Amino acid sequence: MAHSAVPVTSRWPGVAAAALVLVLTLGTLGAVAWRAEWGGGLAAADWAAIRFTVLQALLSAFFSVVLAIPVARALARRRFRGRSLLITLLGAPFLLPVIVAVLGLLAIFGRGGIVNEGLEWLGLEPISIFGLHGVVLAHVFFNMPLAVRFILQGWLSIPAERFRLAASLNAPVGRLLEWPMLRAVVPSTFLVIFLICLTSFAVALTMGGGPRATTIELAIYQAVRFDFDLGRAALLACIQFGLCVVAAVLAWRVTGNDPMGSGMDRVVQRWDVARWGADYAIIICAALFLLLPLAMIILRGLPGIFDMPGTIWVAALRSVFVALGSSALCVVMCLALALRGGAMVSVIGVMPLAASGLVVGTGAFLLVFPFTRPSDVALFVTMLVNATLALPFALRSVAPAVGQVQADYGRLAMSLNLSGWSWMRLVVLPRVRRPLGFAAGLAAALSMGDLGVIALFAGQSEETLPLAMYRLMGAYRMDAAASAALLLVALSLALFWICDRGGRADADM
Amino acid sequence: MLTCESLMLQQGSFSLQADIAFAKGKATALIGPSGAGKSTLLAAIAGFLAPVSGRLLWDQGDLSNLPPGKRPVSMLFQDNNLFPHLSAAQNVGLGLRPDLRLSEQQKSKVAAALTDVGLDGFSERKPSALSGGQQSRVALARVLVADRAIVLLDEPFAALGPALKDEMLDLVRSKLIAASKTVIMVTHDPADARRIAEMSALVAEGAVQPPVATNVLLDNPPQELADYLG
Amino acid sequence: MRNTTYLPAVAGLALCATGAMAETPVLQVMTYDSFVTEWGPGPAVEAAFEAECACDLQFVGTGDGAALLARLQLEGPRTDADVVLGLDTNLTAAARETGLFAPHGVDADLDLPIAWTDAEFLPFDWGYFAFVANADATPVTSLQALADSDVKIVIQDPRSSTPGLGLLMWVQAAYGDEAPALWAELADNIITVTPGWSEAYGMFLEGEADAVLSYTTSPAYHLIAEEDDSKVAWGFDEGHYMQVEVAGKVAGTDQPELADQFMAFMVSDAFQSVIPTTNWMYPAVTPAGGLPDGFETLLTPETSLLLSPEDAAAKRDAALDAWRTALSQ
Repeated sequence: MAHSAVPVTSRWPGVAAAALVLVLTLGTLGAVAWRAEWGGGLAAADWAAIRFTVLQALLSAFFSVVLAIPVARALARRRFRGRSLLITLLGAPFLLPVIVAVLGLLAIFGRGGIVNEGLEWLGLEPISIFGLHGVVLAHVFFNMPLAVRFILQGWLSIPAERFRLAASLNAPVGRLLEWPMLRAVVPSTFLVIFLICLTSFAVALTMGGGPRATTIELAIYQAVRFDFDLGRAALLACIQFGLCVVAAVLAWRVTGNDPMGSGMDRVVQRWDVARWGADYAIIICAALFLLLPLAMIILRGLPGIFDMPGTIWVAALRSVFVALGSSALCVVMCLALALRGGAMVSVIGVMPLAASGLVVGTGAFLLVFPFTRPSDVALFVTMLVNATLALPFALRSVAPAVGQVQADYGRLAMSLNLSGWSWMRLVVLPRVRRPLGFAAGLAAALSMGDLGVIALFAGQSEETLPLAMYRLMGAYRMDAAASAALLLVALSLALFWICDRGGRADADM
Repeated sequence: MLTCESLMLQQGSFSLQADIAFAKGKATALIGPSGAGKSTLLAAIAGFLAPVSGRLLWDQGDLSNLPPGKRPVSMLFQDNNLFPHLSAAQNVGLGLRPDLRLSEQQKSKVAAALTDVGLDGFSERKPSALSGGQQSRVALARVLVADRAIVLLDEPFAALGPALKDEMLDLVRSKLIAASKTVIMVTHDPADARRIAEMSALVAEGAVQPPVATNVLLDNPPQELADYLG
Repeated sequence: MRNTTYLPAVAGLALCATGAMAETPVLQVMTYDSFVTEWGPGPAVEAAFEAECACDLQFVGTGDGAALLARLQLEGPRTDADVVLGLDTNLTAAARETGLFAPHGVDADLDLPIAWTDAEFLPFDWGYFAFVANADATPVTSLQALADSDVKIVIQDPRSSTPGLGLLMWVQAAYGDEAPALWAELADNIITVTPGWSEAYGMFLEGEADAVLSYTTSPAYHLIAEEDDSKVAWGFDEGHYMQVEVAGKVAGTDQPELADQFMAFMVSDAFQSVIPTTNWMYPAVTPAGGLPDGFETLLTPETSLLLSPEDAAAKRDAALDAWRTALSQ
């Protein structure tokens, strides 16, 4: 390999990471299919579910991205006190467990919510939040924060030198710099959100107002839980992967290359940002939309926070432990894959998004059951699955940064005989610290709020915080559950903030 | 002697033939029109581009199968010669040990090299806090401490002003050529070649001509070079 | 915190440790989640049974009743479970079909509103489905009246939730062939359908709906645990569909005597007296001390509806189709 374009690092970590992703996505699907007794194919209702799933995912992704662009732009152009805290908080909805977020949204848009009380005060007809528009609203609430972060990262990755050049030429920054950046960033952001919404289940059903809002994931749920028809579950999961492949190919075809190149890490100064009113108006609107439901969750949970049973705190500790583990695992897998680069990474990077949570859980159960008691490995499997599920987001932010480092400094490093661990330690890690911190924080927070696989595996002594919260709700203890939800939100955000902060400290790096 | 023996290089549809030898301890300028393949030749010598055929010999040893970092070659690129997140001293230190675990002796060697290029007291600065000329000096200091026999210059000073550029070329002459390094530089400017390169080789029309004395080449340029120089 | 194992290495050690202590026989009871939580019947039942069996009773909790059956089907004959506890009559036909259950052999004097004869599945508690609402709202008196009103309700999805399936069967049992028509009339009352009971009940408590599908015993929780009498269950003229929760002995158990002992224990006072204020259901055998204070205030329907397991299984798919069609308009 004397003539590869990048410094040599061991290939095994990347191969191992890819193998793990494949086992947890296609492997679990295979396990389910292998165990299935194959009967009839899909029912008419399944096709209706597929149509509805694609429709709501398209609409949700469209509105999430379209609304995120002006918000990201405003945040990229403005410096104000509390900006970084605001950016962190704006990310919160993405990290919320479904039921918590839904109750938060209902406190604003529901029957007795702030919006309808306002309408009533004005003498207007109340609105109902349930229906396709409710599904899209909830998905935008969940996923717009992610879109804002990805697009904001795109903006921040435009080197200061380019803005300086544009300013000196009096050239339109929008067409010269921002449009090409958006061409590179938006399609993949759209893809990621489309895929997240493709596997939505509880949000779509709860906000959709009835069985017309049946998604593929719910159909899978029905196949496994109601009909115990693993064959149909596997078939539906295959269709989910198929849709993922089609969406990914389409997204890659419209993705532009990021032509920005590297700069000398100068602090970005902007010369094109005279009108501040519109920017702040956009930031305030986004903050209201994303943070008011969060405020309602806090208000709801605060009174009972010290009355929670002691087991909640134990579960919280366990969740933090799992979150840190899966975050570390995710970061290592992500770096290993990013260093390998290539098409494989693009594929591996979206597969977990298309995987059905229930099929992954069921398949993992089938794989583990012959060898050990599932509850004995519940936390470990949860760590693995959570790390894998966070991988697409981590790769999405880390892989381009790693690619940039390889392009900018690969030859220099090779001529200096800089390779392996030294290349990682001295160049790659410091250069990608910011996206890596973001990825670590996101992985930790996502793992914190995840209820997927653990519910199928865990016994009493492996209970995580989200599971404990659901169990509280199931035992009528809604107040304690609300407090547990608040604790969950606080811990998720704290984990995210600490990691993200760690990546961004030391400004001149 | 650095010998390109029937070297055939290919990059996409572009190909270059090189069958020349560079004298040891001397500076040779590669001169010729844009896109003629000057940088391609340097990339091949540095090890970034595998030749389609032919051999690259240094003191009778074949370099062709060595990775870039194992060749007796230091290279300065057109840009990105420094890691922006590392201090000047760290950037120089990489020339001694790629893992930067420097002994005290090596650290003083780094400091001496920085002093040597006129950057005493700048060792802790990051590149963004240095001027363009100072950045070039840091990169040169690294070439000094790396102490490899062959130095390739791919127009690293092109972005500097004429006075600064001349200053850098003088540093190359006084620190590298004087230390008997085999320097090969790509240039567009005949004045650069006259300033430091004893020999010059014309790169044009898909081939590298054998090096001749710079004055001879520039005073009586062959047709291709005359066209280019205008 | 028994069996807290974080990493495979630790898990390996723990397995060795359990192997060394294998003198005490272990009885594994697979059940639904809320049974084993610290507020559920699990802890008290475990303590009481271990006091008399000289064994280690271990609960394995998994989701709700439907998840329990799916888990059992996934594990198949290789399951470690000795007893499965928490299926209801809507699931027993499918459970019986797995062939994993053995006759329980217990002859108990059950206090159910209906006659019970099932060789394999033995009830441990029961309740009525009902719509729970605020006491100050005007009560609705029948399913038909509900459909005719503009009262807003939230229900659970029969495909993912036990109460949701219960309502499907309720309408089926009460209206038979007319069920699809009733669903069509109910459609505009249903503001939404949630995946599980918790989401629906939470939304009701937050004021999102006038009533929620739950149990006649739900107000007892608010009354006894929270001293709050503001929640009532509406009594419906058509009668109320029952949920009878049962347990069965796994045929392939390696602890047949212990499993038998547990099945008998299940209908004894020690087990049954725990049920009302932990599982918030009626005990299958009324304990000697009677029901706790507050239960006398609960609605007692005049008509009890329940489809036989075979009937429920046979009508399930068509009822589901009708439900989906009616609510998708």
